[in-house]
Amino acid sequence: MSAPVTLVTSPANSDRSDSPDHSRLGSKQHSDGGWGLVPVQVRSARFSSFEVDDFETVTGQELEWKHTPVAKLTPLTAGELDGSPLPIEAQEVDGARVEWIDRDDSRIGRAGKPEERASANAWSSFEKALSITVTGEEPVEVLVNRAGLGDAPRAAHTVIIAEHHSRGTVVLQNSGRALLSENVEIVLEEGAQLTVVTVQEWADDAIHLASHFSEVGRDARLKHVVVSLGGSVVRINPSTHLSSEGGDVELFGVYFADTGQHLEQQIFVNHDAPNTKSRVSYKGALQGVGAHTVWVGDVLIRPTAAGTDSYEQNRNLLLTDGTRADSVPNLEIETGDIAGAGHASASGRFDDEQLFYLQARGISEEDARRLVVRGFLSEIVQKIGSPALEARLQDAIEAELLVGEVGR
Amino acid sequence: MSVLEVKDLRVSVETEQGTKEILKGVDLVVNEGEIHAIMGPNGSGKSTLAYTIAGHPKYHVDGGSITLDGENLLAMTVDARARAGLFLAMQYPVEIPGVAVTNFLRTAKTAIDGVQPSIRTWGKEVTEAMKNLRMDSSFKDRNVNEGFSGGEKKRHEILQLELLKPKFAVLDETDSGLDVDALKIVAEGVNRAKENTGLGLLLITHYTRILRYITPDFVHVFVDGRVAEQGGPELADRLENEGYDRFLADAASPSQA
Ligand SMILES: Nc1ncnc2c1ncn2[C@@H]1O[C@H](COP(=O)(O)OP(=O)(O)OP(=O)(O)O)[C@@H](O)[C@H]1O
Ligand SMILES: [Mg+2]
Repeated sequence: MSAPVTLVTSPANSDRSDSPDHSRLGSKQHSDGGWGLVPVQVRSARFSSFEVDDFETVTGQELEWKHTPVAKLTPLTAGELDGSPLPIEAQEVDGARVEWIDRDDSRIGRAGKPEERASANAWSSFEKALSITVTGEEPVEVLVNRAGLGDAPRAAHTVIIAEHHSRGTVVLQNSGRALLSENVEIVLEEGAQLTVVTVQEWADDAIHLASHFSEVGRDARLKHVVVSLGGSVVRINPSTHLSSEGGDVELFGVYFADTGQHLEQQIFVNHDAPNTKSRVSYKGALQGVGAHTVWVGDVLIRPTAAGTDSYEQNRNLLLTDGTRADSVPNLEIETGDIAGAGHASASGRFDDEQLFYLQARGISEEDARRLVVRGFLSEIVQKIGSPALEARLQDAIEAELLVGEVGR
Repeated sequence: MSVLEVKDLRVSVETEQGTKEILKGVDLVVNEGEIHAIMGPNGSGKSTLAYTIAGHPKYHVDGGSITLDGENLLAMTVDARARAGLFLAMQYPVEIPGVAVTNFLRTAKTAIDGVQPSIRTWGKEVTEAMKNLRMDSSFKDRNVNEGFSGGEKKRHEILQLELLKPKFAVLDETDSGLDVDALKIVAEGVNRAKENTGLGLLLITHYTRILRYITPDFVHVFVDGRVAEQGGPELADRLENEGYDRFLADAASPSQA
């Protein structure tokens, strides 16, 4: 039962290699203010453009592509994309508007600017954008169902705006086939409280690249949740600009990679105003040969961001041999006046002591494993705050576990 | 009548410096309804004995046997031993993130009994047991041992003892880290479990103070991986006054085989 620990280290966090025992999840917690970390790149200086042709052809050597199987992505990074509106279903609810808007609408471009070629390709290609505006102070939930987008390469653009002091939850629910590159812009006006959840339950061969750009206004609070379970290559990159005082962001993610799946997320938190707060927590489970996950967490604290409070963590549970979890936290701190900045990253096997404890209570090894994994991931699911969605996702995770057991 | 029997048990662990022999021939017979106190200095192998009985994979049995009613426990998995009627209250209970106490208790009870506990009575039983152990009902919704204080973890162990109703329980230093009030509450729980189910107990402890509340039938002094002396409750009193020095002098000879 005492399997060796497979640990994937990255050059960005040499501090992780000093302790060989990562089998106990949670054992590598530290909050050192990040002073010991050398950023692999200066995130603040990254190139951005709306024009796809401003970006070189993707080779896989680039920082933002080096973990990704780029060969599979050529149709999205180099090909022509169908930019017609996606076949979506969305319910109109009181307190929110859902509509298609033209490229020249002023709502577009408030939060985002592409930083890589697939994102720019989508930006150059979309014909109309889906606009979701949360208007009311009573909390509302908007569900956008995107089921079966087909095999042809497509582009999409979505703008989610939470008007000042509004409250709401927007769920992007994805399933079926897809070959999609998209941008999602999220704008929180003053005092807004918005939750955005994107759920990837794509079919096995789907490919999905997404950049989420959020702009968090004064005293506004964004909760952003990425749930990636299905798809061949799924890469969701949420970046947040805390541009006004008192902005608060929580970026959560949960993922479960099976045999051959590539699930990636590159997070960027840009603290650019005083007294802003960020919490990043991503957890993943990996199971089966070739299951590969990537988590990059860039946190930038600019000189303008005195009093920043920031913490990011990523934890991965490697359930079988042949899996690979890349986990790269980066802190770039440009002011000495911060309230806190910490990070934790750990990838390891099951904690044998947890399994022993459960088994010593009569629970079979198989059930004990299931309990531990479900518990591990449900910590994130519980944070969504939408009971029906939480229950459905718990079941979806349970189903992932059962799929793995058949192949064991 | 049920009986837990340990015969000439020899156990080692793998360390970075090589194999380390810890138990060097332990003999014990615990009958249903009996309370055996095992006392001994730090590092004498008490927890090793407890873990080995429960089946922790870290400990290698080099010789001897452990049987429950004649059945070979050593051939059973950890969970099978628990289902056969064995319980270990751990010295350091493990935290299990994201697994709520209620869910854990129901899963364990179902595993031990082989059937789901009755919906009608189970909830009440848990509430009652928690009340007896002065555990706030909010613990039900908390994750197993997560953020529990040392004393709360120990009460949670005894809660499981009372609910799972094993035939034999090994309590590894359940008394350590408890203040007097908590010690009494925990001891009451143990006595209640014994009254209700007639279980046999192996009470591992460093100190005699818990023996004021739980009266042992037998006391075994554990030194350097062996039972160095055994007797009745009066032996505990003697240890209280004299400490372990008398035994440690004997054990000072080289212990590595
Ligand atoms: N995994 C291990 N690796 C190395 N040594 C170990 C291991 N487990 C136990 N030991 C050693 O075996 C001896 C007995 O340990 P054990 O935990 O059984 O003692 P104990 O009597 O329970 O002590 P305490 O009163 O401190 O709880 C100690 O010297 C301990 O260091
Ligand atoms: Mg011990």
